Amino acid sequence: MPENGLVAVVKRDCPTCVMVAPVLERLARETGLTVYSQDDPGFPETIADVADDTALDESYRLGVEIVPTIVRFEGGAEAARTYGWDRAAWEGITGLADLGPDLPAVKPGCGGLNQEPDRLAELRIRHGDTGIGSRRVEIGVKEDPIEACYERGWTDGLPVVPPTEARVLAMLDGTSRKPDEVLGAMPPNLDPCTVEKVAINAVMAGCKPDYMPVLLAAMEAVLDDDFCLHGVLATTRYVGPVVIVNGPVARRIGMNSGVNALGQGNRANATIGRAVQLAIRNIGGGKPGEIDRATLGTPGKYTFCFAEDEENSAWTPFTVDRGLKAGTDAVTVFAGNGLQGTSDERARTPEELAATFATSIRAVDNINKFPAPDVILVICPEHQRTIAEGGWDKARLHAELLERLTVPADSVMPGAHGIAEGVSRKLAGKTVCKVPPEGLMIVRAGGGAGKFSGIISGWTPSNPNYSRAVTKEVTF
Amino acid sequence: MTSDNILLDPTSERQAPHRERLGRPKSLEGLTVAVLDISKPRGDVFLDRVADRLGEHGIAVKRYRKPTVARPAPLDIQQAITDECDVVVEGLAD
Repeated sequence: MPENGLVAVVKRDCPTCVMVAPVLERLARETGLTVYSQDDPGFPETIADVADDTALDESYRLGVEIVPTIVRFEGGAEAARTYGWDRAAWEGITGLADLGPDLPAVKPGCGGLNQEPDRLAELRIRHGDTGIGSRRVEIGVKEDPIEACYERGWTDGLPVVPPTEARVLAMLDGTSRKPDEVLGAMPPNLDPCTVEKVAINAVMAGCKPDYMPVLLAAMEAVLDDDFCLHGVLATTRYVGPVVIVNGPVARRIGMNSGVNALGQGNRANATIGRAVQLAIRNIGGGKPGEIDRATLGTPGKYTFCFAEDEENSAWTPFTVDRGLKAGTDAVTVFAGNGLQGTSDERARTPEELAATFATSIRAVDNINKFPAPDVILVICPEHQRTIAEGGWDKARLHAELLERLTVPADSVMPGAHGIAEGVSRKLAGKTVCKVPPEGLMIVRAGGGAGKFSGIISGWTPSNPNYSRAVTKEVTF
Repeated sequence: MTSDNILLDPTSERQAPHRERLGRPKSLEGLTVAVLDISKPRGDVFLDRVADRLGEHGIAVKRYRKPTVARPAPLDIQQAITDECDVVVEGLAD
């Protein structure tokens, strides 16, 4: 840039730049002018020594938004600027009269190439302006980045998308939250979980930037003390975070709440759940075989995330049960196992279905264990229709299930059913319920055909000393 | 895409402190033993017996109990054990 004088930034692809070429030629002759061309250093032909800015570095430094841009420098600092063609403005900046007498008084310019999203990201990275503070890990030019991630212990066993700065920058565009915002301390190492670190792990999991608000809400939920993530990690039991998404955001980001909702094949479902697990592993150090002492674990520890089907449901959304308004964008996390089916193709009344569901729930963990871990009952559409047509709402189903889950303690004492496990003999003559009321949650999901609901059982019975489901609103 | 050979570190970039366990004492004579119940079911049955047996040998015992097995021991319990005892015995499993 000149200490004093005029600078113009142009591109051949811009009709306004082409139109003002004679004006630029006059400026070069009468006042002196440095011209930077964004796309063709041979343009304008009438000017000698056009500076090649096809790399766009000077345009980026100048913060060009529109071409042509004219900037006047005085004493090394910018003194004035205009863009597009506006005769009066150009005359004001240049101090010359009768510029382009044959031209219209005003003609808008075109967008600068440096503002195109891909180029802008590249420029921000090259100029160190991303605001991303994470350590840069340089791998060998011939090293496979996917293998490099494996070797550094960053994966869940499946290949990850290599977290380049460009990808992470794009991911961070998915949220208005600042990269250095701390969401909480990540167990077991209690290291700060920042938005930036979540974004890096989101890239690795395969997320799109649109998923970030949902993922960040899920991370806030697992970091909530009520979720007791340290224990969820350390337990010998099966569980990992199950993520349930409610509200219009689920549809907007393309989540699946219908056919095969808990299965494979949907990018948002698959990668949000995976990103939660990767973030826990990488940020907090919660790795299998180390702090994660699960005896068997569950396939859901790769990813377990789905949306509730609110749109077609006869009931209020799960978020209402969680104390929020219907229609709220929210994420619930639950320390859950894999799925236990509860199937009934013959039931025609809610009473018959409640009997099936309750009997299945009683089998959770061990038929003699009371109370058992919390459960989420995922009701499929056909079952919900039977229940709704029988005149039951969700609250009625909940109450009827608890009634059927309450049994005489003597029927589940050690020795009952030939099983050594059982409730304390001190409870003789009393009744026991399989799950506490707040530990029985009901969600609707699944395809329209099939009478196959499911039970996601948890870690422990609802208890402030253990893990409880946590719901967080999504912020964008 | 630029700089494909530069990856951003997904970890916290911190090293968890690693501390070697202290060596086992050759004898418990003159030492105070912390007996820590982590609230696992029936852990108290085992630990009661351990405490009794230590007492029979004239070894000083102090008892502690974590409020829940699901979370790390609260700081005050960690500090009390460190200040008051030389050795810890805890019952991990059900």
